Amino acid sequence: MSEVIWGLGTSHVPSIGAAMDRGLHDDPVWSKLFAGYQPAREWLADRTPDVAVLVYNDHANGVDLDVVPTFGIGVADRYAVADEGFGRRAVPDVVGHPELSFHLLQSLVDDGFDMTVFRELDVDHGFTVPLSVWTPDPGDAWPCPVIPLMVNVISYPQPTAARCYALGQALGRALASYPEDITVGILGTGGMSHQLAGTRAGFINPTFDHMFLDAIEVDPEKLAALSREDYIREAGSEGIELIMWLVMRGAMNAEVTKVHTAYHVPASNTAAGLALFDNRAPARA
Amino acid sequence: MFMSLTRAQAREEFLADESAYCDRFGLAEDQTTAVLRRDWQAMLDLGGSIFYVYKLAMMDGLSMQYLGGVFTGMTEADFKAAMLAGGRTDV
Repeated sequence: MSEVIWGLGTSHVPSIGAAMDRGLHDDPVWSKLFAGYQPAREWLADRTPDVAVLVYNDHANGVDLDVVPTFGIGVADRYAVADEGFGRRAVPDVVGHPELSFHLLQSLVDDGFDMTVFRELDVDHGFTVPLSVWTPDPGDAWPCPVIPLMVNVISYPQPTAARCYALGQALGRALASYPEDITVGILGTGGMSHQLAGTRAGFINPTFDHMFLDAIEVDPEKLAALSREDYIREAGSEGIELIMWLVMRGAMNAEVTKVHTAYHVPASNTAAGLALFDNRAPARA
Repeated sequence: MFMSLTRAQAREEFLADESAYCDRFGLAEDQTTAVLRRDWQAMLDLGGSIFYVYKLAMMDGLSMQYLGGVFTGMTEADFKAAMLAGGRTDV
């Protein structure tokens, strides 16, 4: 069986990637955000899994709105970095793991999750920025193969938080039934509170965000019980991206150990959050 | 149409003749007008998703914070200042 060794929840704000690409680590606007990432990066650097599963959403770069997969999984051996309108980010393409992808696909379908299959997929900032949060200096390659698991969060009706949590639990079962002994890291991405368009543009809700950062560890079912409208009202129209953290959390054990959390306002127009959980150590002595 | 702007050659063609490029995609007159005038609010009101509209803004060298200002009646500087002060928590 494969073993989930850690779960990382993180925002994917494009400007975080841009700030890294421009070497703005020490810029006063950005230094606090990156300082908050540092303990997580150090912990993760010693715990590179054999494969990672990255739960993310596309922003009209890899797929157009003419086809909107509610849940999708990549089965390719390679995923190119997307050109989002200004040339691609200067980061490595993503190496996939088709064998594990096909196992997950079959298991998830058998478990009642009829995934859309991507044999080809360009990945955008929703994918590459979380990889950069994890690995700021990848060199020629990311630390391990990564499997994209895509969730529609940009086009109504988005899946419910409860369904995302259930998908995560099915993902956990699928990973556990993989015949090879490999280690897996899971990333749940997006959020935290933010709204890009409309009269509420610039909306931030630190109270909700802190509640979410606490509950994702100890009471994810409370977050899974929130409605689509709850997320949009409390976290903004793009804050609903947080439902993707529930896929990550659902694939982990009921009890996890918090390694590190960080919260910073703003990353551009967004509240940037990070939560790293160890899936192996006992939660409490 | 904005999805096509993920290709470098399409961006060049758009900039060479924006009106003709809109015609090629069969945009309605009010849609074309919104694009040519850079009427960002109108693009949203006509059904544009922010992630598509933003592709045009990026070609113009405009940030999401500039757009945030447009949508909320603020200058870009004021919108940035509001974000740096912790964001708009009262909306």
